[in-house]
Amino acid sequence: MSYEYIKFGKEEREFRQKIEEISGENIFSCYQCGKCSAGCMFSDKMDRTVNQQILRIQLGQKEKVLSANTHWVCASCLTCSVRCPRDIDVAAIMEAIREYTLREEPEKIKISELPKKVLEKLPNIALVANFRKKTG
Amino acid sequence: MKIGVYICECGSNIAGTVDTEKVAQSAEPLPKVAVSRVYRYACSEPGQNLITQDIEELGLDRVIVAACSPSMHEPTFRALLREKGLNPYLLEMVNIREQCSWVHSDKDQATDKAISLLTSAILRNTLMKPLTPKKVGVINKALVIGGGIAGIQSALDLAEVGYQTYLVEKTPSIGGKMAQLDKTFPTLDCSACILSPKMVDVGRHPNITLLANSEVIEVDGYVGNFNVKIRKKATYVDPVKCTLCDECVPVCPVIVHDEYNADLSPRRAIYIPFPQAVPATYIIDEEACLGIDPLICAKCRDVCGPDAIDFDMKPEIIEEEFGAIIVATGYEPYPIENIGEYGYGTIHNVISGLEFERIISASGPTDGVVRRPSDGKVPKTVVFIHCAGSRDPAKHLPYCSKVCCMYSTKHALQYRHLVHDGTAVNFYIDIRTAGKDFEEFYQRAAEEDGVIYIKGKVSELIEDGDQVLVRGVNTLTSETVEMHADLVVLATGLIPSEGTRQIAKMLKLPVDSTGFIREAHPKLKPVDTVISGVFLAGTASGPKDIPETVSHASGAASRASTILAQKELEIEATIANVNEILCRGCGMCVDSCPYSAIELVAKNSFGHTIKVASVNEALCKGCGTCSATCLNGAINHLGYTDSQILAQIQALGGK
Repeated sequence: MSYEYIKFGKEEREFRQKIEEISGENIFSCYQCGKCSAGCMFSDKMDRTVNQQILRIQLGQKEKVLSANTHWVCASCLTCSVRCPRDIDVAAIMEAIREYTLREEPEKIKISELPKKVLEKLPNIALVANFRKKTG
Repeated sequence: MKIGVYICECGSNIAGTVDTEKVAQSAEPLPKVAVSRVYRYACSEPGQNLITQDIEELGLDRVIVAACSPSMHEPTFRALLREKGLNPYLLEMVNIREQCSWVHSDKDQATDKAISLLTSAILRNTLMKPLTPKKVGVINKALVIGGGIAGIQSALDLAEVGYQTYLVEKTPSIGGKMAQLDKTFPTLDCSACILSPKMVDVGRHPNITLLANSEVIEVDGYVGNFNVKIRKKATYVDPVKCTLCDECVPVCPVIVHDEYNADLSPRRAIYIPFPQAVPATYIIDEEACLGIDPLICAKCRDVCGPDAIDFDMKPEIIEEEFGAIIVATGYEPYPIENIGEYGYGTIHNVISGLEFERIISASGPTDGVVRRPSDGKVPKTVVFIHCAGSRDPAKHLPYCSKVCCMYSTKHALQYRHLVHDGTAVNFYIDIRTAGKDFEEFYQRAAEEDGVIYIKGKVSELIEDGDQVLVRGVNTLTSETVEMHADLVVLATGLIPSEGTRQIAKMLKLPVDSTGFIREAHPKLKPVDTVISGVFLAGTASGPKDIPETVSHASGAASRASTILAQKELEIEATIANVNEILCRGCGMCVDSCPYSAIELVAKNSFGHTIKVASVNEALCKGCGTCSATCLNGAINHLGYTDSQILAQIQALGGK
């Protein structure tokens, strides 16, 4: 069992608010029923379930949210968003985590410098997200 | 003597396991049996018509119905016999459903058992004698014990119907726990604002006699005729003369804890419990005052303009008769100092739910500003721990106290309204929001007010500087968690109040393993007790929220009216009966009777005064303990005499 020290400082609050701003969703609407994770067809490929990610955003645990692969595995099929009993657009929150990561590390990908071989293998979604970031 | 026997199939309930035709045939050759029939549902209208028809055509005078438990349909068939002019006590129910078909699977054996049961009942029935129920008069006055919201509601309802009602409250004012609450979930109504109109109504209602600062000390009698002794304690201030000017308070030199503010603020020995108190009068705390025997200080008397203070006031004993009693003695918070790992009582900033309620109340010790007890600072992080005592059968309370999820949610939400930059964290096991608009309220607290919920119980609280270190778990992420809080509020569970325990003992009301008073039936008689004429209102029978308490209390008033509205009551005829010739006055039956229904009375026997047992027919419940105890066989249980029971046993052991 891992350990976490819970605090509600500026950093935690800002992370939560940023995710809420990008996704347009109220993170506190989630009451942890787990239906999003239950219906996600890629849950078994994720190292943390979707509802755990949302809970950690509620608690402002930025490091733990970003270190998971959950939001990268998400294919935005929207099953979770359609089924959520609290009407949360869960996929939008996953997208918000992706965007947050990209915005935080603006120089990580320079498309012009990518070798052609890498470019061919790169998932489309990464390129799309990168372009979108550049358009603001 | 002509006996009619009816075997009910109860659909397949009985017929599925018992060969009903065979059972019916077995009764035919028995003595006095005129007819023996099978019917699909004996309790249905056509089923009852069949019996009526046989009574008319065949001239039956006794009826045996082999069907379900007598607690279900005995009243139905007794009424049928009464309608046809027969004595209803000549009906016999044979339970071949609960005691036979439902508990057996082998059809042959179940049929044999049904036949034995029926045979024994027929043999007993031939020895039955007609019985006449006695009647007792009813005093149409009601007593309500406890002046919280439950007692207030019951008293008001009874008074509105037109019955004279006495409301007895132990403390100086009615209002109870609800008067101490700041706001109520889920509507956030101001508790005092919705309660005080009802309190004022009680004070003014012509049919209500309010006895505050009074205690019931003795209850005697039976349904319709209870004799009650009430001690009205001295208040030392004449409520008629007192003008509520407050001159007496500043001069009083004695300072004690104020119970109304959960001991968080001081008050004087002369005081008014709270501004909206009913009856509206100052009173003197006789434990603390220096003026009551010996008279050391009389400062309040010296300044009292209307001369309302009388140090020589004495308690009075009031004796009254009532037809029905409503017990509304309520709850008290669980003593959370018992939970050692939470450190209540040793860590200053760990407080109870009721204490937090006073702290956020505008009429509370901090004038509605959230301040913590240790240094009066406004706490920036408050942790609410659910189930403090509740759902812990190993050491504390086995049950869910029902209201704590909601009041902790309300506390957290109110705190967020009062301290905008503050953080409210609730540690919970489950969130239980079963009530109208409760779930919406919980979602609003999370969604609109950013109250944080962490699933997992807190293991311990440790004082760390001027903060409290909370060591818990987040079961949803499988992590042990720690956090620092400025204030920790324990969601205290509910236990029966001392008054509830005392009254239960005084009235001999059975209690649950948890100490709450047991209902006569948990589902179908939720306001009745096993003692007829005594009813329950509010949390005396278990944790309830305010709306549930109010409806429970109105229910109790309605049930009490069914007795108060009678001119006289019929009393069950199957009771103990003493043969005075055989009785030798030993008194063993007096000691064995659980209802105190038997006493020894003097009787003139050929010039000698002897003592014999006498049964109070209204008090006797017909349990049979006395007739089993009597060494001389002098007590017979009407309807269950020795000869009748022996005939039954003979039939059962006949094979």
